[in-house]
Amino acid sequence: MNSYSIVAEGLGKRFGDTTALDGFDLRVAGGSVCALLGPNGAGKTTAVRVLTTLARPHSGRALVAGFDVARRPAEVRRRIGLAGQEAAVDEILTGRENLEMWGRLHHLGAAAARRRAGELLERFGLAEAADRRVRHYSGGMRRRLDLAAAFIQAPRVLFLDEPTTGLDPRSRTEVWRTVRALADAGSTVLMTTQYLFEADQLARQIAVIDGGRVIADDTPERLKSLIGGDHLDLVVRDPARLGDAAAVLAGVAQAEPVADADARRLTAPVRDRVAALTTVVRELERRGIEVEDVSLRRPTLDEVFLSLTAEAAA
Amino acid sequence: MSALAAPDAPPRWSERLRWTLSDASVIARTNLTHWVRNPAAVLNLTLYPIVMVVLFGYVLGSAMNVAGGGDYREFLMPGMFSQTMAMGVMTTMTVVSLQTARGVTDRYRSTPISRPGVVLGRAFADIVNSVLELLILLACGLVAGWSWHRGIGDALAAVGLLLLLRFALIWVGIYLGLALTPEAASAAWLPLLPLTMLANTFVSPALLPGWLGAIAEWNPLSATVATCRMLFGNPGWQGDSWAAEHALTLAIGWPLLITLVFLPLSARRYRRLGG
Repeated sequence: MNSYSIVAEGLGKRFGDTTALDGFDLRVAGGSVCALLGPNGAGKTTAVRVLTTLARPHSGRALVAGFDVARRPAEVRRRIGLAGQEAAVDEILTGRENLEMWGRLHHLGAAAARRRAGELLERFGLAEAADRRVRHYSGGMRRRLDLAAAFIQAPRVLFLDEPTTGLDPRSRTEVWRTVRALADAGSTVLMTTQYLFEADQLARQIAVIDGGRVIADDTPERLKSLIGGDHLDLVVRDPARLGDAAAVLAGVAQAEPVADADARRLTAPVRDRVAALTTVVRELERRGIEVEDVSLRRPTLDEVFLSLTAEAAA
Repeated sequence: MSALAAPDAPPRWSERLRWTLSDASVIARTNLTHWVRNPAAVLNLTLYPIVMVVLFGYVLGSAMNVAGGGDYREFLMPGMFSQTMAMGVMTTMTVVSLQTARGVTDRYRSTPISRPGVVLGRAFADIVNSVLELLILLACGLVAGWSWHRGIGDALAAVGLLLLLRFALIWVGIYLGLALTPEAASAAWLPLLPLTMLANTFVSPALLPGWLGAIAEWNPLSATVATCRMLFGNPGWQGDSWAAEHALTLAIGWPLLITLVFLPLSARRYRRLGG
């Protein structure tokens, strides 16, 4: 029990008639990164709010850093950091002033707050922009400053709610690098995301959430093999050959190919990327089936959900 | 990385008090920094009273009569002081709702920061802001021919009453700021402005139709305005309703009542934010 930084058991939370959490269970080992993956409205943010003492659960219980979030919220607050969906940074202050303010509010004392601010600015790659007002920061810089503020007291457990939402690809990469550095420094990180790709990049544990409960909880590898890994898409030129092409694809796929007749498109999950692609292309050529497009891609979140919910229903 | 953690929670109440005051001073200083660095806010602060004194004192004032006689600008200024204090609720409300929308309030609530400290800091910054506003308005009044006539002691007592009203409205501002979106908060001047005018601020309630006059008489703002007129020795403070005769009692009673209702309400709202 003590080796877990986050333990949630049967958490339930309602807002009026809406059930936001419905028997939410999760265990995150100390020092690891866990991604909470789900679409809008799945309950990700509510889970984070309950675990960070911002909202009280109606049922179940949760321990964060060893303390009950409902009974000992003050103890929990001294051991966590939170970066919400909005960067809670002060635009009118400089980056340094922001961090010094949060340092003072964590009772570090003036000198220690100044030292800590300098340290974090350096570490989060903001040293050069430290004395510029945040109003002039890019989206990625704001997010990094926000993460630095969440990290002021070197928290045991860090909660990041969709840390890359609304960022351009370059800023997103910057934030990913920062999250990795935080995890390497020994913090336990629970982050929420809508993107399987992002969860895969950062986390060794992915918990898929839907309807307020965790429907799958595993390593990225096992989760992906569970849902069939990559997908092979192909578009045939002649709609009449769609059936023939489906037969070829079925030969290498892990599941029955899905056909979209209007778009003349076939989709199927495949395990061995390169071998499957080579086989399919060679077979199509041998049978004289012309194709307009062949591509390999990762499963979308929709496909993850369809696959997982289908599994749960079976 | 450096193993830096917040110091252990102090067991003694004196330490806790020290933290509350330290947090309050950090929050207040940050808020005042905002204000100093925001040219629009500073401009607003200085221009608003000048525009209002010109508009009401000179443009509309030239056609105004004071019930019972006296100079209209002498009558007007205590009304404007009180109205400015009342409209100060907009400042509190706007800042609180913006901070809530941008996740700053959530970060406060998820850290060991002293909760009374956050509120005290907010209150201190708002009062400093209002004192400056009042000083500028007093100066405008003096230029426009207004003055106090009963000695500096009574004048300071009037200023004290104005700030008491502003203090009470901080809790209303925090409560509404936590409840409203920033868009709704910035639109709140629309119902607020008529409320500050449906009082004895600009005209004597005696000149209004009966039912409207009664509402104006009992408006909490009217008590502060009437008492300030009396303490400054300005015309127009006498009335014959119960509310007018007990203006001083109400000028202290209303702010205390507002504080008693909205202080616990805003504390509860803050604690339960997000369910």
